[in-house]
Amino acid sequence: MVIYRFDGSFDGLLTAVFDSFARKERPDALLPPDGDMPLFYDTLHEVDTDLEKSTRVWKKLSASISSGARTALMTAFLTDNAGFPLLALRFISRAVTTTPSIENDFSDPAVLAVVKEGRRVRGEAHRLLQFVRFQKAVDGTYFSMVEPLFDVLPFAIKHFADRFSDQPFIIYDRIRDYGYHYDGKETKRITLRSDSYHLSTGRLSDELMDPDERLYQQLWRNYVRYTAITERTNPRKQRQDMPVRFWKYLTEMQ
Amino acid sequence: MTEATLEKLKILAAAAKYDVSCSSSGTVRRNDGKGVGNTVGGVGICHSFAADGRCIALLKIMLTNYCKYDCAYCVNRRSNDIPRATLSVSEVVDITMEFYRRNYIEGLFLSSGVVRNADYTMERIARIAKDLRTIHRFNGYIHLKSIPGASQELVNEAGRYADRMSVNIEIPREESLRYLAPEKNHQSIFEPMGYIRQGVLQCQEDRKTMRHVPRFVPAGQSTQMIVGATPDTDRDILMASSSLYSMPTMRRVYYSGYVSVNTYDSRLPALKQPPLVRENRLYQADWLMRFYQFKAEEIADDTNPNLDLEVDPKLGWALRHPEAFPVDINRAPYEMILRVPGIGVKSATLIVNARRYRHLNSSHLSKIGVVMKRAKYFITCGELTAGTIADTSPEYVRRILTAPRKLKGESPLQLSLDFS
Repeated sequence: MVIYRFDGSFDGLLTAVFDSFARKERPDALLPPDGDMPLFYDTLHEVDTDLEKSTRVWKKLSASISSGARTALMTAFLTDNAGFPLLALRFISRAVTTTPSIENDFSDPAVLAVVKEGRRVRGEAHRLLQFVRFQKAVDGTYFSMVEPLFDVLPFAIKHFADRFSDQPFIIYDRIRDYGYHYDGKETKRITLRSDSYHLSTGRLSDELMDPDERLYQQLWRNYVRYTAITERTNPRKQRQDMPVRFWKYLTEMQ
Repeated sequence: MTEATLEKLKILAAAAKYDVSCSSSGTVRRNDGKGVGNTVGGVGICHSFAADGRCIALLKIMLTNYCKYDCAYCVNRRSNDIPRATLSVSEVVDITMEFYRRNYIEGLFLSSGVVRNADYTMERIARIAKDLRTIHRFNGYIHLKSIPGASQELVNEAGRYADRMSVNIEIPREESLRYLAPEKNHQSIFEPMGYIRQGVLQCQEDRKTMRHVPRFVPAGQSTQMIVGATPDTDRDILMASSSLYSMPTMRRVYYSGYVSVNTYDSRLPALKQPPLVRENRLYQADWLMRFYQFKAEEIADDTNPNLDLEVDPKLGWALRHPEAFPVDINRAPYEMILRVPGIGVKSATLIVNARRYRHLNSSHLSKIGVVMKRAKYFITCGELTAGTIADTSPEYVRRILTAPRKLKGESPLQLSLDFS
């Protein structure tokens, strides 16, 4: 059994592909630095991320598959599926050695995994567009806390900066402990002080909240309540489309 | 913005809830950098889901629930003794903007009861859209109801600011409509639809020759039919939607299971529960027409004017047409693969792409996402298969697929053998 261990980055993955060609072997596992080692194995190779190697693989990959497929691969790479890095390595290895492009060969488990995991990650990014809820602060900044499954905030931030181009806002990923602050011109990556009230609760404290904020929250909560048809109550459907893990920060569910 | 607004919002949200449409898709409206909001196009964004499981994408609200009409099926009919309220133009604009800025909604869906006359009501609706677009530079989604009987000039005015407009048919056959709503007829509904269509086509024509013609209802129009309030069959309903979809600007037809709101009216059936299964089957049939290349006549034919409530319309068609199966997954055209129960648009696309690389077998198919439990009776893929619909009978397949599902852990000591 041949095991590769890499630093978990996309460049690390590309370097691992390079190494597997250079060493003429196919790894049976590609583990992140904190991954559980199997009990028995023959060789362990530590992949040393090297931008020169990764660029070479990326260049070859760009010549082998379409830009859409490359985007799907990079998107899918954000998944939490522990088996995915190895499948991605197999996908890239096969893509760079085969013509015509293999990107539509969906009976290959590696290609199918790229499609399916890509779909999951994009779905999570879309859920951010759906379920971000802003609270207005006294200084006019809109604040929101989120806890997405994957690190998809960078996918969503462009959408919000475009949509709310005249309003300063903060969207903060609590799990990964970073967020983006848009000041009306550009977005900056920020980290909140760990003792701040809004970081621990996801809500603005009373003195920070805009005086009208409570009324609009009340209006919204009432709207959501009165727009439902009682005769058709269907909590299962509601939970299916709006998973309970988002409810914590949804204004209408508090 | 006060407590009084809160009460009004409650009344008018409840009054608007029987309108089904909530889509925020069909057009792209960019933020020019000076205004607020954008419309993303593609799939719309649903911001919340109410307790009935329906999505909330737009602030769906009525300007007023006073109405001069007395339609039997409507909760806001003149003769109902219910709390009534009217929102001012500035209140609607303010709530929309504040909700939008908090990412609660994609935009506004504005409807209204008819007060004084159609033109007066339509003018107020158009005013709100105009204020949002020109004063607040709002680029979110605006869906406006066109009031039957309003003049073409006012529809044109509203259409310049709206993304989508709609007129509800409500009842598919004219005689049923005249029975339940004597003050209305199909003419009064199709006329405003015609105005919208004319406006859209005119605008498309003008844009070919002039660059800066303002867009007119870029996301087209939609409509809605009530299901279960009249004796109309599913065939009537589907034929009506099919002919509506042949209109160049019609994007969506919605179906709304009738909720007994006016139980005292003897012209209406007294339903304990809204016909939810039937409504669901109609939506499935609608999808078959829009994405699966089915025709209305195929889904509900003369011998079966109503959809089968036990099986979905696609499986129903397959069971009525055993001669079309089994479909060879590796050779059949895309259109035929789409017709296999258990294969949807996504898996059909994956199949026709993947089969160019190698021969597909059933394990590939189930990994791709085909529901083999259903599909296996309707396909061949070069393997030994037992009991496709051609080898057995439609009745047999139907019995197996509609058998009640066994509960988990029903008899934990008994192992069962699956012979199918």
